[in-house]
Amino acid sequence: MSFINYSSREINCKIVYYGPGLGGKTTNLQYIYDKTNPQAKGKMISLATETERTLFFDFLPLSLGEIKGFKTRFHLYTVPGQVFYDASRKLILKGVDGVVFVADSQMERMDANMDSMDNLKQNLVEHGYDVDKIPLVMQYNKRDLPNSASMEELRRVLNPKGFPDFEGVAPKGVGVFETLKTVVKLVLIELKRGAGVR
Amino acid sequence: MPGPQLVMYEEEFKEITAVLDKLTREANAKIVYLVDKNGQLIASSGETERIDATSLASLTAGNIAATSGLAKLIGEKEFSILFHEGEKENIHISLVGQRVILVVVFDHRSSLGLVRLRVKKSSDELNNIFDKLIKKVETEPEAESPFAEITDDDIDNLFSE
Repeated sequence: MSFINYSSREINCKIVYYGPGLGGKTTNLQYIYDKTNPQAKGKMISLATETERTLFFDFLPLSLGEIKGFKTRFHLYTVPGQVFYDASRKLILKGVDGVVFVADSQMERMDANMDSMDNLKQNLVEHGYDVDKIPLVMQYNKRDLPNSASMEELRRVLNPKGFPDFEGVAPKGVGVFETLKTVVKLVLIELKRGAGVR
Repeated sequence: MPGPQLVMYEEEFKEITAVLDKLTREANAKIVYLVDKNGQLIASSGETERIDATSLASLTAGNIAATSGLAKLIGEKEFSILFHEGEKENIHISLVGQRVILVVVFDHRSSLGLVRLRVKKSSDELNNIFDKLIKKVETEPEAESPFAEITDDDIDNLFSE
C-alpha cells in the first residue's frame, strides 16, 4: 500500500525481498546499500541473530529522484527465510507494493525454493492480494556456483507464469540493480494503473 | 489489492501536525511521531533532528505488528498500548483507531500517567481527522492523482544517473 503525501510531495512504496533461507536476500540489500550514494539512502537496519541470520527483517530506505514533482521513496525489506519464522514473514508482507523473489540456484535448494514460493503465495492470499497481479520479479541467485540448476529448470519450476527474471551473483552485484530497477518500474506502473481506474 | 492507499493532503497534514505539536507541549514530551502501520512516517513534532525518523518508523511498525501477532496468539484482538522504559528516555506507543501509530518519546520531565492522558485526548482528535481524510480520498476525482499520467520515460529517468 503506497503512501502519497501531497503535503511533502512524496510517494512511499514498500518492496519485500522474499525467498528461502541463505538465498541472498540480505546480501542483495547490503550490495544496494554499499553502492548507493549517501544522499539517496538512509540507515540500513538488520534485525539478525548473533550468527548473522535474519531474525525479523532488514530495512533499507532509498530515495530515487522525482516523478511529476513528487519525491519517490522506496522502503526495501527482507523477510527471514528460515521456515519456522513464518509468522514474522507474514507480518512484513503486509502492505507490500512489490516483491522480489530471491531463489537459490543450487540443485539441492530446489525444494526450499518451491516451499518458499508456495509460502509467499499463501501469505499474499491471506493478505488479500491477487498473486498473479502483484508486481513480482524473480532473481535466480548464486549462478556462479558449480552445482546450480539450469535456467530452464529454474524457470520451469519456479516461474511458470513468466514474471520478469534475472540471473544473480549477489555478493558481486550481478543482477542486483537490474532486479531492483525492474520491480520499481512494475510498482510505478501498477500505481499509474491504480490511479487511472480509481 | 487490499485496502485503499494512504493519501495525505496539505490541509489534513497541517491539522495533524497541530495536534502533534499540542501533544508534545501538553505531555512535556521530547518528540512525537505519527507512523502508518506499514512503517511509513506521516508527521512528527518536537526535537526531531536528533533521531533517524525513517528507521524509527519502520521499527515501530514492526514492533506493533509483532505485538499484535502475540495478542492474537493468546486470544486478544490487539494490545493497543506499548511502553518501553529506559534509563533516561521512554517510549509510549499506541494505536490510533486501528489505522496509525502514535509514538511519544519522553524523559523525567514527564510521566507515564500524563502521557497516557494526553495521548488519549489527541487520539480522538487524530481519529476525526483521519475519518475526514478517508472520506475525502473516496470522493476525490481521479484526475487528482499525479500518477495517472506518468510515462515510461519518467520511470526510466529515475535510473538515468
